[in-house]
Amino acid sequence: MTGEPFRGRPAPRPEAAAGAADAQAPGAPSGTPGAPGAAPARGGADAPAGRGAAGRLGRAAERLRAPVGSRGNALHAGAWWLWAVGLAVAASRTTNPLLLGLLVGVAGYVVAARRTDAPWARSYGAFVKLGLFVIALRVAFSALLGSPIPGTHTLFTLPEVPMPGWAEGIRVGGRVTGEQVLFAFYDGAKLATLLICVGAANALASPARLLKSLPGALYEAGVAVVVAMTFAPNMVADVFRLRTARRLRGRPTGGVRAVAQIGLPVLEGALERSVALAASMDARGYGRTAQVPAGVRRTTNALTLGGLLGVCAGSYGLLAAEGARYGLPLTAAGLAAAAAGLRLGGRRSVRSRYRPDRWGARAWLVAGSGAAVAALMIHAGTVAPEALHPGVVPPTVPELPLWPALSVLVGLLPAWVAPLPPAPPGPQESSP
Amino acid sequence: MIRFDDVTVTYADAAAPTLERVDLTVPEGELVLLVGPSGSGKSTLLGAVSGLVPHFTGGTLRGRVTVCGRDTRTHRPRELSDVVGTVGQDPRAHFVTDTVEDELAYGMESLGLPADVMRRRVEETLDLLGLAELRDRPIATLSGGQQQRVAIGSVLTTHPRVLVLDEPTSALDPAAAEEVLSVLQRLVHDLGTTVLMAEHRLERVVQYADRVVLLPGVGEAPVTGSPTEVMSVSPVHPPVVALGRLAGWSPLPLSVRDARRLAPALRDRLAGLSPAAAERTGGPALPPEPAEGAGPAGPPQPAEGAAAAEGRTGRSGSPPRRGPLRRVLDRLRTGSGGPRAHAPAPAPRTPDAGGPPAARLRGLTVRRGRVEALRGIDLTVSAGETVALMGRNGAGKSTLLGSLVGMVEPTSGTVAAGGLTPRRTPPRELIRQVGLVPQDPRDLLYAETVSAECAAADADAGADAGTCLGLVGTLLPDVDGATHPRDLSEGQRLALALAVVLTARPPLILLDEPTRGLDYAAKGRLVDLLRGLAGRGHSIVLATHDVELAAELAHRVVILADGEVVADGPTAEVVVSSPSFAPQIAKVLAPQRWLTVSEVAAALAGREEHR
Repeated sequence: MTGEPFRGRPAPRPEAAAGAADAQAPGAPSGTPGAPGAAPARGGADAPAGRGAAGRLGRAAERLRAPVGSRGNALHAGAWWLWAVGLAVAASRTTNPLLLGLLVGVAGYVVAARRTDAPWARSYGAFVKLGLFVIALRVAFSALLGSPIPGTHTLFTLPEVPMPGWAEGIRVGGRVTGEQVLFAFYDGAKLATLLICVGAANALASPARLLKSLPGALYEAGVAVVVAMTFAPNMVADVFRLRTARRLRGRPTGGVRAVAQIGLPVLEGALERSVALAASMDARGYGRTAQVPAGVRRTTNALTLGGLLGVCAGSYGLLAAEGARYGLPLTAAGLAAAAAGLRLGGRRSVRSRYRPDRWGARAWLVAGSGAAVAALMIHAGTVAPEALHPGVVPPTVPELPLWPALSVLVGLLPAWVAPLPPAPPGPQESSP
Repeated sequence: MIRFDDVTVTYADAAAPTLERVDLTVPEGELVLLVGPSGSGKSTLLGAVSGLVPHFTGGTLRGRVTVCGRDTRTHRPRELSDVVGTVGQDPRAHFVTDTVEDELAYGMESLGLPADVMRRRVEETLDLLGLAELRDRPIATLSGGQQQRVAIGSVLTTHPRVLVLDEPTSALDPAAAEEVLSVLQRLVHDLGTTVLMAEHRLERVVQYADRVVLLPGVGEAPVTGSPTEVMSVSPVHPPVVALGRLAGWSPLPLSVRDARRLAPALRDRLAGLSPAAAERTGGPALPPEPAEGAGPAGPPQPAEGAAAAEGRTGRSGSPPRRGPLRRVLDRLRTGSGGPRAHAPAPAPRTPDAGGPPAARLRGLTVRRGRVEALRGIDLTVSAGETVALMGRNGAGKSTLLGSLVGMVEPTSGTVAAGGLTPRRTPPRELIRQVGLVPQDPRDLLYAETVSAECAAADADAGADAGTCLGLVGTLLPDVDGATHPRDLSEGQRLALALAVVLTARPPLILLDEPTRGLDYAAKGRLVDLLRGLAGRGHSIVLATHDVELAAELAHRVVILADGEVVADGPTAEVVVSSPSFAPQIAKVLAPQRWLTVSEVAAALAGREEHR
C-alpha cells in the first residue's frame, strides 16, 4: 500500500507547495507517464524535503499521486479489463515460467494495491487456486495419457493399459519422461496465468460495472447474464448454510450423501430467489420499451444479423492462411453494420444511464500499460523467440530475458496511477 | 389514489379465493396500515396494488384495481413502476445491482430520466434516508436495517405517489425499525406520499397510521377505520392496546405516550404489588391457586417427550384459536375459569441453581477474518432457565448460538453444552444435548411431506417411530401429514422445525429470531409452548429483537453489542431501564416493574380476590 508516504517529511509551507505544484503541472501529467513521477511518490518518505529540484520533483509527484477513489473518479471498468487482456495476451506469447511468474506477480501486486473490500474483490484468490488446479490437471493428464513430446529422461513408468486395435494412437499409462512433464507444466502455467489475469480484472472491476458501458440494445441481455452470474455464488452460500444446518438434524455434514440430500432444497431456494428478483425487477420498470416503427425494427435486425455474419466470415478470412485479402475489409464492414444495428436497437430502450464511468487520463494510462505489455511481448516474440520459449527437448534451465522482463514490469503502472481505494471501515492497519 | 372495486383474487390451485369482494379506497397522502392474522391475504392485497398479482403470480383477479387512475388489468407492473414503489418482505431479494448508489438509481434508469435529474434525486434520497456514508458500499456488506433503508430508497427515487411495503420492520432490531418508521413518517408528512403497509409488529407501527384496514380472515370483508376504532375490535393488537382494554381506558391508547397519560390511576392501583419481587423469591407473581397445577407450566416432570405431548394435547385442544392476550382478557372478565387460570408470570418456576449448567461459555472469542464477531463472552445458562439474547442486527447473537451447536468454531475460549464440546461432538450425539431452530426454519426441512420429515427426524434422533409425528400432532393439530413443508405458514413451519428438534429431547433448546413473520396468535402459541418446555426443565436461549417476547418468557436478558456482553441480569432489571429494549407495558408503568399485560391482569385479579 502506498499509504501516506509523505508523513516523515517536515511540512512545507502550503502556499509554496501549491505554487511549485502549479509550476510543474502543465508538463507533468501528459509527458512521461506515471513511472518516473510515481517512483519518487512511493519512496517519498525518505525524500529530503523542500530542497531544490528534488523537492520540486517530490511535490510534482504528489500532484500526480493517485487520488483516493470514489464513485466520481472511479477508473473505467473497461480500462481494467483492457489492462488484464493485455497481460493475458502477453502470457499467451510465452512459456517461460519466469516470465509467466512475473506476470502473475505483476497482476497480484496491482490487485493487492488497488482492490477494494467489496465481496467480488476476493475473487483473485479463487482464480489463483483455479490456476494451480489447471497446472496440476494438465501435468496429471500428460502423465496419464502420454504426450507427443519425445524424451529421454524417464522419471517413472506407469502400468500401461493395453488398448484395442481400433483405438490405436491412444495410450493410457506407460513411460513418463521429464521432458513431457516439463512441457505440460509450461503449458499449464500459461493457461493458469491467463486465468489469473481474468481473475485480476474481476477483482478490480466487477463485471456488473462493465455492463453499465454496454450499448443500450444489449443492456437487458447483459442484466440477465449478470443475474445468472450471481446465481452461482448464492447457490454456493446456500450449500454451505444447508450443510451446516444438517448438523442440527444430527446428520454428518460431509460426504457425497450430504450434498446430494441438500441438492433439491438448494435448487428450490435459488429458484425462489430468482423469481422474487424477477418480480422486483418487473415492479421497478425493467423491460419498459419505447414504441418504434416496424421499419426501424426490421432494419435493426437486418443490420445486426448481417453485421455478425460479416464479422464471422471476415475473421475466418483473417485467420485462414489464404484469405487475408478480403478478410480485413469484410470484418470492418461487418463490425460497422453490427454497430449501426446496435445503435438503432438502442432506440427501443428508454433507459438512461446514471453516472457512467468516465474514460479519463488515468484510464488511458491503465489500458495503455496493458497494451504496452502485450505489444512489447509480441515484439520480443519476433526478436528473441528462444528466450520466450525455453527448450524442453533437451530440457534447459529457463533464463530471465532482460528486456521482456522489463516490459512486463510496465504492467505495474496501474498500482500507482489508479485511484486508491478508500480505507475500509473498521479497524484496519492505520499507518504503514 | 388506490381503489379496489369488488376485488376477488383466486390463485390457480386454491380451493377458495384468497381475497373476496374487497372494496377499499385509499385517499392520497395517507399512511394506511393493513393488519390481520397470517394467511388473511395481506400480501395478496399489496401485490394487487403493484400489479404483481395477477400479472406475475398467476391466478385470477375479478373486479377492478386502479392506482392513480390506471387499471392494473391493462397496465403491467413495469408500466406502473413510476407511480407505485414496492418493497417486499426480504430486501435482499429486491436488489438488482451491487452498490448502494447504483441501486438507488436503478429504477430511474429504467424510466429513462435524464442524468442530471437522477444525480439530484440520488443525493436527496441519500440524505433523506441517512445513507450518505454508505453510498459506495456493496449492498451485501450492509446490516439488515441499512438494507431495508436502501430498498425503500431505491423505490423512492422514482418519486412514486404510492409506496407499498410488506412487513418493513419485521427483521429489524428495535432501533433500526424506528429508523425506517421515522423515514416513512417524513415521506407521508413532507412529500405527501401515500403509504400502504402490512406489518405484524403492531406495537411498532400502529401509532403512526392514519387509518387501519383489518383483514379478519380468509373471505371476510375488510374492516376500515381509524386506528382506535379498529384496535378496539381487532383480534390482533399491540400490548398497549391490550392494557388499555384491560383498564377500560377511553379513548383507547395507541402509543406509549397516550397510555402514560392515562396510566396514573392504574399505577396507583398496582402500587402495592410487585412482580419482580415475587419472581426473585421463586413463587409466581400471583397468589397461588389450585388451578395453577393444571396450567402449562405444571410441576417439573422428568419424562419429557410423552409428557410434553400429553400436556399439549390437553391444552391446545380446548380453547378456540385466539390471541393469548385476548384469552387472558376474556378469562379476566369472566373470572378465573378455564384450564389456564392465569398466564403465569415470566418465571413459572425458578431455574435450578444447583444442577449442572445447560451451557457454559468461558472467554469465548470468535473471529471472522479480521472481525471479532464475539469477544470474551462469559455466559452460563442453568438448567430450566430461559435466557433472551438481545442486541442490534449483527451484534453476534446468531454467532453465539452457532457456537453452542458447533456450527461456529471458537477462536479462543471454551464452549460447553451439557458437558460436551459442541465442535468435537458428532452431530448425532450433540442433538441429544442441544437443539437449534435456525432463523429460517426451512433450513432444517428437507423432506417432501411433513410425515416424511418426522420419520427422518425419528431416525436421526434414534427415537421411537412416531415420536416426532406425535409432537407435530400436538403442536400443529390441524396439519395434514401429506402437506409439503413449504406450503405451511411461517408459524406452522416454525412449529414443525421445533418438533423436529424436540424429537431428540435436548435439555437445551436454542431459537434464533423465532417470532419473525409470526402474527400475535402464532406468537401466543409459541409462548405457551416454550413456557411449557421451560416448566419441564428445558433450558431455552432465544436470540430475538422482539422485546415483548423476551418480556413474556425470559428469566434473564443478555444484551450483546459489538460482540460483547453489555448487560446481563433478570429481565425486569435489564429491560425496564432500557429505552429500546423495554416492552411497552414497562414503558407505560415505569418506574414500576411490570413487563406484560398478563402480569398486570393477574395482579389486579389477585387484588380483587383479596378484597
